[in-house]
Amino acid sequence: MSAVLAADGLQKNFGAVTAAAGVNLAFERESIVSLIGANGAGKTTFLNMVTGYLKPDRGSIRFEGRELTGLSPREITALGICRSFQIPQLFQSLSVRENLLVAEGIAHAERIEEATDAVLGRFGLGAYAAQAAGLLPEGVRKLLDVAMALVAKPKVLLLDEPTSGVAADEKFGIMDLVMGAVRGEGITVLFVEHDMDIVSRYASRVVAFYDGRVIADGEPRAVLGADEVRRYVIGENTHAAH
Amino acid sequence: MSNLAGVVFDGVVYSSWLFLMAAGLTLIYGVMRILNIAHGSLYALGAYTAATLAGAWLAAGQAAVGTYAMLAVAALLVGLVMGPLLERGLLKWMYGKDEIVLLLITYAAFLVLEDVIKLLWGVESKMIAEPYALPGNFQIGTLAYPVYNLILIAVAIFTGLALAWALYRTQRGKLLLAVIHDREISAAMGINVDRVYLVTFTVGSMLAALGGALTAPAIAVSPGIGVEVIVLSFAVVVVGGLGSLGGAALGALMVGIVRSFAVRYWPEAELFTIYFVMAIVLIVRPKGLFSAPEARKI
Amino acid sequence: MTADRTEVGLAIVSLVLLAAAAFAPQWLVFLLALALAKGVVVLGLVLLMRTGLVSFGQGLYFGLGAYAAALLAHWGQIGDAALMIVAGTLGAAALAAILGLLLARYREIFFAMLSLAFSMILYGLLVKSSALGSTDGFNLHAKSFAGLALSGGVERRVFFATSVVLAFLVAWLVHRFFSSHWGRLSAAIRDNELRVEYLGASVYRVVYINYVAAGALAGMGGAFAALAVGHVDPETAYWTTSGEFVFVAILGGTGNVLAPFLSAAIFEALRTVANQYAPNVWQMSLGLAMLAIIMFLPGGLWTLVRRRGRPA
Repeated sequence: MSAVLAADGLQKNFGAVTAAAGVNLAFERESIVSLIGANGAGKTTFLNMVTGYLKPDRGSIRFEGRELTGLSPREITALGICRSFQIPQLFQSLSVRENLLVAEGIAHAERIEEATDAVLGRFGLGAYAAQAAGLLPEGVRKLLDVAMALVAKPKVLLLDEPTSGVAADEKFGIMDLVMGAVRGEGITVLFVEHDMDIVSRYASRVVAFYDGRVIADGEPRAVLGADEVRRYVIGENTHAAH
Repeated sequence: MSNLAGVVFDGVVYSSWLFLMAAGLTLIYGVMRILNIAHGSLYALGAYTAATLAGAWLAAGQAAVGTYAMLAVAALLVGLVMGPLLERGLLKWMYGKDEIVLLLITYAAFLVLEDVIKLLWGVESKMIAEPYALPGNFQIGTLAYPVYNLILIAVAIFTGLALAWALYRTQRGKLLLAVIHDREISAAMGINVDRVYLVTFTVGSMLAALGGALTAPAIAVSPGIGVEVIVLSFAVVVVGGLGSLGGAALGALMVGIVRSFAVRYWPEAELFTIYFVMAIVLIVRPKGLFSAPEARKI
Repeated sequence: MTADRTEVGLAIVSLVLLAAAAFAPQWLVFLLALALAKGVVVLGLVLLMRTGLVSFGQGLYFGLGAYAAALLAHWGQIGDAALMIVAGTLGAAALAAILGLLLARYREIFFAMLSLAFSMILYGLLVKSSALGSTDGFNLHAKSFAGLALSGGVERRVFFATSVVLAFLVAWLVHRFFSSHWGRLSAAIRDNELRVEYLGASVYRVVYINYVAAGALAGMGGAFAALAVGHVDPETAYWTTSGEFVFVAILGGTGNVLAPFLSAAIFEALRTVANQYAPNVWQMSLGLAMLAIIMFLPGGLWTLVRRRGRPA
């Protein structure tokens, strides 16, 4: 098995709420996987457990054979797993450039300034370089959030709703930039997404969550067309995609 | 044995006084998320006003027993005047700012009020011993204690119960608890958060002033009495958990009793023990004894 | 390597103060020495504030630094100012290294109150200690500097000159730090600790190191103050002293390492005037000034000095 990331029997309860009820998942190197599901289905909880923000009640998560449960977010980042956030986690009072300088500095980049300029170019953030992160439009905040996650050259990139809150006509632009930065770098990408157009366009595999369980897992067309997924995730009366 | 009883009694007396101060402070923080340093000034204002009113009462030839009423009136007066003045006049314009900034604002108010007190009352001490001396003493073993201390304990217990009843059993109280829990949702539900803030701050101010008024007969009321009080009240509130009335009571009891033992057996360490207790509690329970759970951020 | 504006400013101010050490009247030297001492403490506070923490207990290290310097003379019979400064700085740094292990876990109000608690613990110990002069404190008299014996009114000037050099040396170091990765990282922690951890850096480590640095600076300032005044007392550790440092920090703002010294000088000047003419409204003036700064000039007086506004 060449699974780079594998979860076994993950269990997580918050009082009466079951966020994970025996989740088993394995991800191949360099695959692009989308995690879908209604709010509260357990997608973000899964990401939070992988990155060490939450500890599962039971079960294990292995990255390249190494056990992740019990490690802190910092240790997991050092191993090569980075993430972006549903609500972009930026340094509000620092400029876009400074945000990236911080990330590069932490990642011990050799030439921090040059590396930062390269990232600004790759993500089209050059125009905003001097602006305070707290004053940016949402799409740019999302891009910066992802750009910072990529600075450490992770092996696994987790994106939590990368296009949520972004204007409809900007979503594809953002995903194109992100996927462009990821392509050819050997990175495994997991992204949580609610927009099925984005899902079908960029994912090679889709995992559907409901009530803490995985109810479907496979090729996008198959999963998005499955009965259970239509009932619990997408909605029964989906109009045709345009 | 009577020695031990004496030390414990002293501790309970001190705890009662601490509780009155801490209750108002913790209520204000719980509802408004403001750690009110000006609480010390309100305490001092309560003491000075009590001394003035009781002094005038006696000077007018009235019966000494009426001075107790004067203490209560002083507390009410200071609370009803200073509470709205500070809340509407200053704090209202600062809501939404960072907690530390609000702390600094109340610190600034405290500095201003310290000098206002000096301007109004001068720098000599004021004494009003009648309420303290009137009821006489009682015995614990071989030691004599003022009956006044029993009054203090009784007031503290009564106040605590009254506050608890008001918070947990009345409609208005439940609205306050809702605001403590979540300001935004409360406002969205139609609770007049503005009015809740005003009421809370006024009640808190009254409690501080009551603490001062009740202390006035036992001390020489002079500039600066509010300074020490603030830090002590903070220690108690933080120990008990910010925003918890029960925590304030328990914290007051812990600090009061420990301090009493220190005073009796190791006087040099009196101040030390109080803050030591606070440090220990925070180490074990970083948010205080009774603290609210927090929702996740991401 | 060309020096930036701040470095030039530091150099100029140092030269001016050194000239003052040599030629200014005694009362001015005293005022400036005290302002400098407090400026160093506030420099440490500003360091912490950049990291997002407000300490209400720098009086702990200020008092410790002052007493360490004084005790060296009192008990150790050592009258050398250089050793006193070292003792004050290292003593404070040592305590900060221990307490920092605990305090670096706290934030916001709890950090403020816990730091206040520890300073009050020292205050309590000092006040109750008759061996240390209790509330009166005791005097110290330094007779030499780094082995060089001094006498006849020159000592204070020499000590002041030394503190000028040392103070601006550390200020320069802190300035270099602000413009480096560590400075940006500290500011990042202030803005979003969670993200810093997720990027792979240890927030605790940065906070701890900044805390120890701030403690050391406060200790150094304490030693300077003790030498300038010739007397130490428990008031140095009282919470109102810590409050004063916070006030001076807010007055100046956190924008530049020169700001703490500027606002400390203004503060001491105003205090001298107020004590002379209107001692009963000094606190009120402080309070009103603080409110005014918070409401109208939240970045402190330094925002008036800066030409262009920029996110800090």
